[in-house]
Amino acid sequence: MNIVSIVDYGSGNLRSVYNAVKQLLNKHTFCSNVKVTNNIKELNESSHFILPGVGSFKGCIKGFYSNPGLFECLEDNVINKKKAFLGICVGMQMLAQRGFEGGKSKGFGWIDGDVQLFSLKDKSLKIPHIGWNSLSFNNQHPFIGFWKKNSRMNLNKEINAYFVHSYIFKEKLKKNQLLLSNYGHDFTAMVGKENILGTQFHPEKSQKFGLDFLSAFLNWDSRL
Amino acid sequence: MLKKRIIPCLDVNKGRTVKGINFKNLVDAGDPAEQAKIYSEEGADEITFLDITATSDGREAMVSVIKKTSNECFVPLTVGGGVRSVEDIKKFLLAGADKVSINSAAITNPDLISQGANIFGNQCIVVAIDAKKNGDKWEVYSHGGRTNSLINAVEWSGFVESKGAGEILLTSMDRDGTKSGFDIELLKQITEKVKIPVVASGGVGKLEHLSEGIILGGASAVLAASVFHFKTFSITEAKNHLQSRKIPVRMDY
Repeated sequence: MNIVSIVDYGSGNLRSVYNAVKQLLNKHTFCSNVKVTNNIKELNESSHFILPGVGSFKGCIKGFYSNPGLFECLEDNVINKKKAFLGICVGMQMLAQRGFEGGKSKGFGWIDGDVQLFSLKDKSLKIPHIGWNSLSFNNQHPFIGFWKKNSRMNLNKEINAYFVHSYIFKEKLKKNQLLLSNYGHDFTAMVGKENILGTQFHPEKSQKFGLDFLSAFLNWDSRL
Repeated sequence: MLKKRIIPCLDVNKGRTVKGINFKNLVDAGDPAEQAKIYSEEGADEITFLDITATSDGREAMVSVIKKTSNECFVPLTVGGGVRSVEDIKKFLLAGADKVSINSAAITNPDLISQGANIFGNQCIVVAIDAKKNGDKWEVYSHGGRTNSLINAVEWSGFVESKGAGEILLTSMDRDGTKSGFDIELLKQITEKVKIPVVASGGVGKLEHLSEGIILGGASAVLAASVFHFKTFSITEAKNHLQSRKIPVRMDY
C-alpha cells in the first residue's frame, strides 16, 4: 500500500491538499495513509510525496530550507530512491534551477529551467492569472499514460484546472513539458521528468478533474 | 483559454447562512457548508463567504464553516468580513480558505494589504471596495457601507494594487439590492485602471446583467448572492447564458 506525505515546511494550503487526498483515500486508491509532516522518519517511510506551495518563490524556498535535513531527505527519496513526487504551484516552481519572484533565488534544480514573470504582449490580460483554464496534452510520459488509462473522466474533451499565479516555469527541455495551458501564449501547466511531477494548477481546487488527477498520482508506481 | 468565473456569495451570521434584503429581516437559510457543496456541484467556479456580523464570535464560527466546507468542497473559497489583522488572515487560510478579502481594515490600515501579500502571497489578498457615487465621482465606504472614507474609488483601486492586492471585489452600493444590474461605468473605470482581476458585485437581477458586467464592464468574474439564494436562476443557467453570449466558461463540472 502506498503512503503519501504532504511535506510541511510552513507554507502552502496544506489543509486543502490534505482534505483532497483524504477524500480519495476513502474511495478507490491504493493509498492507505496520508500525513502532513516534516518528520524525517515519517518521510522516509512514504512512497509518495506532495510539495504544496503558495506565496512567493523566495519565501517558499526560504521556509523550506529553514527545516534542517529536509532537502537531503527529499533528495534521497526522490532522486536516489525514485519515489513518486508531485509539486503543486510554487511547490512545482521550486523544482527549477532559479526563481525571480521576490528577488533571485536558487531552486532545487531537479528540472532544468527558470521561473519567470508572465510576459504578456496583450496589456488587457490581467495578472495574476486567476481562474479556470483549459489544458492540452503535450509530451508523453509514463504518468500521463497511466492517468489516461485509469481516468474516470473523458480526457479527450475540454478539461479545465484552477490556476492562481503570476510566474511561470520555463524549462530548458521541451520534453519535460507534459501539459500546456494558454494565457497570451502557451505556458507550462505540468512538468514531468521520470518520477518527478509538478503542476502549475491546483488539483486540490480543481473539483472533479483535480481529484481524478490526484487519484492517478496516488495510484501511480513511479518505479515501473 | 481562461474562463470567466461565476461566484455565488453566501452571507453568514454566527455560522448560519442568512437571507434578507439589504441585511434586513434576516431569515435563517441553513448550513453554509451544505449550500456551498450544492453550488459547487452546480458549477460554481469559486465560493465566497461573507461574515455579515464581523465580530470575533462570528469569526470563530466562520472558521468552523470554512473547515467544514473545505473538507468536501474542492473549489476555491474566499472569506471576508471583519478581517483586521495578519492573524485573522492566517486563521482563515489555515482553516482552508484560499483567499481572504479585506475591506474596512484596508482603509484604516493599508499596510495590512502589503503585510498580508508579503507573508501569504498576493494571490490570496482580495481588497473589497464598496463604492457609492457622490456627485460625479465614486467614493469608498467602510464598515458595511456606514462610513464614507471620502476616498476616490478609482484612485483607491490603483493604490490597493500597488500595495499588493491580488484581486479586487468591487461592489456598487448604489446598485446593491436593486436588481438593476452592475454599475458598468464604475466597473469600466476600475478594470481599465488596474492590471489585477476585478470581480463585479452588486445589482444582479437577471441573466443579462452577468454578461454585461463581463463584456461592457471588463470584469474577470461576477459575484451574486440573492439571485442564487432565491433561485431566480441557477448557476448552470448563468453559465449557459454566458456561453450563449460567447463568453468562455467552464462547463466540465
